Amino acid sequence: MSLQEKLVSSFMVYENQGNVDLDSNIHGIRCEAISNFEKQGFPDKKDEEWKYTPLKSVLKYDYSVFPNSETTVEFKDIKKYLLHEIDSYKVVFIDGVYSSFLSETTHDGYDICLMSAAFKKPKYKIVLDNYFNKIANKKNSVTNLNTAFSKEGTYINIPKHAVLSKPIQILNFYTGSEKEILLQPRNLIVVGENSYVQIFERHQSLTDNVVLTNSVTEIFAGKRAIVDFYKVQNDKRSASLIDNTYVQQKKSSVVSVNTFSFGGKLTRNNLEFYHEGEHITSNLNSITIIEDKQHVDNHTLVNHKFENCESHELYKGIYDDAATGVFNGKVIVNKEAQKTNAYQQNDNILVGDKASINAKPQLEIFADDVKCSHGCTVGQMDENALFYMQSRGIPKKEAKALLLFAFGNDVVEKIKIPALKTRIIKLIAEKLKVDFGFEM
Amino acid sequence: MLEIKNLHAGIEDKEILRGIDLKIKAGEIHAIMGPNGSGKSTLASVIAGNETYEVLEGDIVLDEESVLEMSPDERAHKGVFLSFQYPVEIPGVTTTNFIKTAINAKRKAQGLEDLPAKDMLKMIREKSDLLEMDRKFLSRSLNEGFSGGEKKRNEIFQMAMLEPKLAILDETDSGLDIDALKIVANGVNKLKSKDNAVIIITHYQRLLEYIVPDFVHVLFNGKIVKSGGKELAHELEEKGYDWVKNL
Repeated sequence: MSLQEKLVSSFMVYENQGNVDLDSNIHGIRCEAISNFEKQGFPDKKDEEWKYTPLKSVLKYDYSVFPNSETTVEFKDIKKYLLHEIDSYKVVFIDGVYSSFLSETTHDGYDICLMSAAFKKPKYKIVLDNYFNKIANKKNSVTNLNTAFSKEGTYINIPKHAVLSKPIQILNFYTGSEKEILLQPRNLIVVGENSYVQIFERHQSLTDNVVLTNSVTEIFAGKRAIVDFYKVQNDKRSASLIDNTYVQQKKSSVVSVNTFSFGGKLTRNNLEFYHEGEHITSNLNSITIIEDKQHVDNHTLVNHKFENCESHELYKGIYDDAATGVFNGKVIVNKEAQKTNAYQQNDNILVGDKASINAKPQLEIFADDVKCSHGCTVGQMDENALFYMQSRGIPKKEAKALLLFAFGNDVVEKIKIPALKTRIIKLIAEKLKVDFGFEM
Repeated sequence: MLEIKNLHAGIEDKEILRGIDLKIKAGEIHAIMGPNGSGKSTLASVIAGNETYEVLEGDIVLDEESVLEMSPDERAHKGVFLSFQYPVEIPGVTTTNFIKTAINAKRKAQGLEDLPAKDMLKMIREKSDLLEMDRKFLSRSLNEGFSGGEKKRNEIFQMAMLEPKLAILDETDSGLDIDALKIVANGVNKLKSKDNAVIIITHYQRLLEYIVPDFVHVLFNGKIVKSGGKELAHELEEKGYDWVKNL
């Protein structure tokens, strides 16, 4: 039985766990999603959007889809993966199951809690009816698969005029409770008018057992809302991630999604922005640093539909050994989206002789009064700059690392949580295998 | 201190240096002048160990030891310093952190502990004052957005911090206005001692008004075609480089 068949046949059993109201909207949405997935199947190489990211190597396993009941994990085991040095809200999942022991949720003024609770309790029904699965792409088969199995994840609902004084951390850990597991977290984030929130998300495996995470997050930003979202991945070589994040923005909102991909076996970051008003700003920043045969695919879409909006996209990649990367950045400027300012830059350095990147900027511009620019570079290390540093007594290895650090620096500078910035700098140093010996 | 023997070097199949002989003793200042394309910067790069160039023949000996097999950083640890004509910009790494990394790398190679922060700061303060540097440059990313003059001043600041035995200044005067030129020259003169040596590579004699050389060599077509005292620089300035082409 193929994985697709197994998933489709597991759906009914999975859906029947707990007391699902068979007349509810949610049940209807899940049923529609599984039937879409059944028709679409997993994407293969014939699918243009997946041409350079074959899923064969991650789909060959006999994944378990039923998470075990709560596995005990001590705080000390996960401490290093979260921003423990600052006060924050935390929603922690162990093997796909919520850990109340490790989490810090709230209902005080706003809701930072669980999707499973939101699905069950009537008071959340109106929010779910308005937002759940509204912008998730129905043409995306893996998103449909996630929707069909959407039982757990993080639910964030911030009303109007709320500035959160501390960030929210969404943390997914995998303990290796099964030999091979498929995890499908589903997050819904609704941020009201004039509100401000910072979110940090991480998927982390704690063992060498195989894990595939197929995550979907929907973010809705109200008028003038500001959302800073940070995705950090530095996972085991047995862990793969397919992340689909969908963002809808209302007038004058600013949403920034910063993606740091430092490893895992296969990583696909799919990021889609939809505008619903004027004067919107969308920021997409990313650093990828990978080695060996690791693979990272960054797929982005910004769909400009209204006047006077901006999008800024800055993607940097460093590929060592035989690592492979994909950047596919699509920007659509519809006919009515005059005075759009869309900027896209994708710079890559191939350190390894066998490393490669498939970069594809895709601009579809139908309006005439717009400023759109895009640039894409693929290069090797600047030999002259290396010589400069070596001539000052800095050995080649450190010199290379400093240069690569400098290359990614403009993305690092965009991090607005100081503790996270320090963490990312340390992670970059670790990835580049040097100790800079100073805080930058 | 430095002895260059019959040095032939080039890039790929092109020979640029065609047999250079040069002896430099501690305490001396040598100027190397010559028209564009004569091989001046190549010579500087080859001494510092730039791997883009291949040494085809001859030897470079520093303190009785051949440096040909040494990497640029190893040569730096032995006391070679090259001030670049076009210093490189490194965003995200402050001048202070860069120089700290460089100094501690050298100390590590010498088997020493990192320089204590207090001593480092004191030294940075002294040397930046010597070059009349605005301290805010020290906390800015290395050379990023610096003017040509500021970059050159920063090069000499790094030289002051690293205290090299042999400093090679490659076209340090280009891009400097007269005030900056005086400050840079003053810095170099103050750093000069009987134990170190300086090679000044320049197209014009302007800088030599302020850093007076003991010897002047004229490089043309990859060879030293004439050597003399400081008066040779004046002669060159008067007669122009066409004169050396016919020597």
